[in-house]
Amino acid sequence: MRPLTARRVALVCAALGATLFVAVVISLRMGAYPISIPEIVMTLVNRFIGRPNEIPPDFWNVVYEIRLPRIALGILVGASLSTAGAGFQALLRNPLADPYVLGVSSGAALGAIISLAIAPQTAGMIQFAAFAGAGGTIAAVYFLGRRGGHVDTATLLLAGIVAVSFLSAVIMFLMTTLPGREFRGMAFWLMGDLASPPPIRSHWLYLLLVIGVGSIYTTSSDLNLILTGEQEARHLGVNVNRVKIVVYVAASLLTGLAVSVSGAIGYVGLLVPHLMRMMFGSDYRLLIPTSALGGAILIVLADLLARTVVAPTELPVGAMTALVGAPVFIYLMRRRVR
Amino acid sequence: MSSAGSSTAPQVREAPGATLVRLKVEQASYAHMATDRSAPTFTLGPISFEAEGHELVAILGPNASGKSTLLTLLAGLNKPLSGRIEVDGSEVSQLDLRLRAQRIALVQQESELLFPLRVWEYVLQGRYPYGRRLRFESDQDCLFAGNALAQVGADPLRDRWMDQLSGGEKQRVILARALAQQPSLLLLDEPTQHLDIGGKVELLRRLRRLADDNRYAVMVVTHELDLASEFCDRVVLLHRGRCLRVGTPAEVYERPLLEEVFEAPLQVEMRPNGRPRVILQGS
Repeated sequence: MRPLTARRVALVCAALGATLFVAVVISLRMGAYPISIPEIVMTLVNRFIGRPNEIPPDFWNVVYEIRLPRIALGILVGASLSTAGAGFQALLRNPLADPYVLGVSSGAALGAIISLAIAPQTAGMIQFAAFAGAGGTIAAVYFLGRRGGHVDTATLLLAGIVAVSFLSAVIMFLMTTLPGREFRGMAFWLMGDLASPPPIRSHWLYLLLVIGVGSIYTTSSDLNLILTGEQEARHLGVNVNRVKIVVYVAASLLTGLAVSVSGAIGYVGLLVPHLMRMMFGSDYRLLIPTSALGGAILIVLADLLARTVVAPTELPVGAMTALVGAPVFIYLMRRRVR
Repeated sequence: MSSAGSSTAPQVREAPGATLVRLKVEQASYAHMATDRSAPTFTLGPISFEAEGHELVAILGPNASGKSTLLTLLAGLNKPLSGRIEVDGSEVSQLDLRLRAQRIALVQQESELLFPLRVWEYVLQGRYPYGRRLRFESDQDCLFAGNALAQVGADPLRDRWMDQLSGGEKQRVILARALAQQPSLLLLDEPTQHLDIGGKVELLRRLRRLADDNRYAVMVVTHELDLASEFCDRVVLLHRGRCLRVGTPAEVYERPLLEEVFEAPLQVEMRPNGRPRVILQGS
């Protein structure tokens, strides 16, 4: 009997943090402008220790103006979507739940587009609208997916499919009819990429990420019990309704946050939590932080591939994740049905 | 560790040697509001009885007699419409969720696990009510979980996966998780349902011993008239939401009463040990 300790969580997170750092450095290295790894490390260290003047202007441009914003955005999006996925899986007691598959990302995209059409200048409006779109969609999918008082896996997934196609149709309709369509193309909202870091590149996006992941993390020992049965959890002293509301709001917030800056990138919330479960077990006290870090790593690497495999042309990162994610989804679904 | 303080609470509550009323049900009733148009409204009670520490009490009755509804009231999952249900002197429906889980443990029919879990991880969940949010399990929690596993004879199973256990093994592990809660009142909802006859006798023996050794009050919902008669101190007989009789098996097992309740021709035979035996009559 070797229960999970805070020490183990810290060690695993440190290892994943180091992996993320390596992924970031590799990603900084790759691109049209040649820059070596020692040069990258020097550029990063000099800024970190407060000597930015010693960085050559070219390096500064490549690292801090071009590549790092995109990588940072990838970290934000990957961490948000993975944590949201892990949250939805517990909330709906469904291992196949993922913001994209359930249509939550499409709902967030629709919210974002509507806010761009109505109030394009209001700061934070797009995030709020994406959050509202995500929250509304998951509520709708949840109620459509219920049969006879409890959520049925197949019905829930069907409700998700219906939500995705319906919301995509609405998005296409809006994108083709709305005046002032300069706000990013349809592919961005339906597939998602990181090519255009958000207009407001501020720290509060990362603050929202921390709040969202943090709130889900506070419920992680409750989620462990909810996964073994809601009624049993209630009987072991879990305030199931409170936990559900916290996870519902936080996961919607994280999805809205990710979609508002990157469009609807799929399958991250499915792939990463499952991978982390295979590696570190299904205890949510470990799964939530590892999913956040693993999601960041996955998106950074996926985006690296997306912008290098057919360079100078770029693929949307959403295409990369779907290429990997869709087969894994099928595999997980078949394994469950068996 | 905070659990050190709270884990001594059961000892504080009980005076050594004295018989202690663990559970007190006074005129409790409940009305089940139908959510579907098809489901009929069901009313239960009023019911009154008591259970002391060391006592093994069976809740008997045919299907739809209100056994499970009574259990949800005792567990505090539903609030009685009228009357009171007290465990160790506090009203169950007023208890804080975690405090309630420290006093009452419910063993239900197993539910499906979404992700694989080891036996010891499952049993450690029983320590949840003693932890703070996010708290990682202490050595003491492991000790209690280990003891609970030993008490049900499931020690060798501790590193197995939950979904690879047989029905009887799983039953014991679920019971171990309830014991890890260190409750005053242990409730079991049809625990014998999926067990063969050997498993049933073994489980009831184990419950008998747990009640004797640990001063729990143990309440078992069951269909098994003979097992209840053999192992239980008292019996609560329910029929169509009404409590017909509470007493020792000898007091409750009367042929006309049982025949009316179970709608089957029966014979009741008093054995030398003072416990009645029920014999089914084919014709």
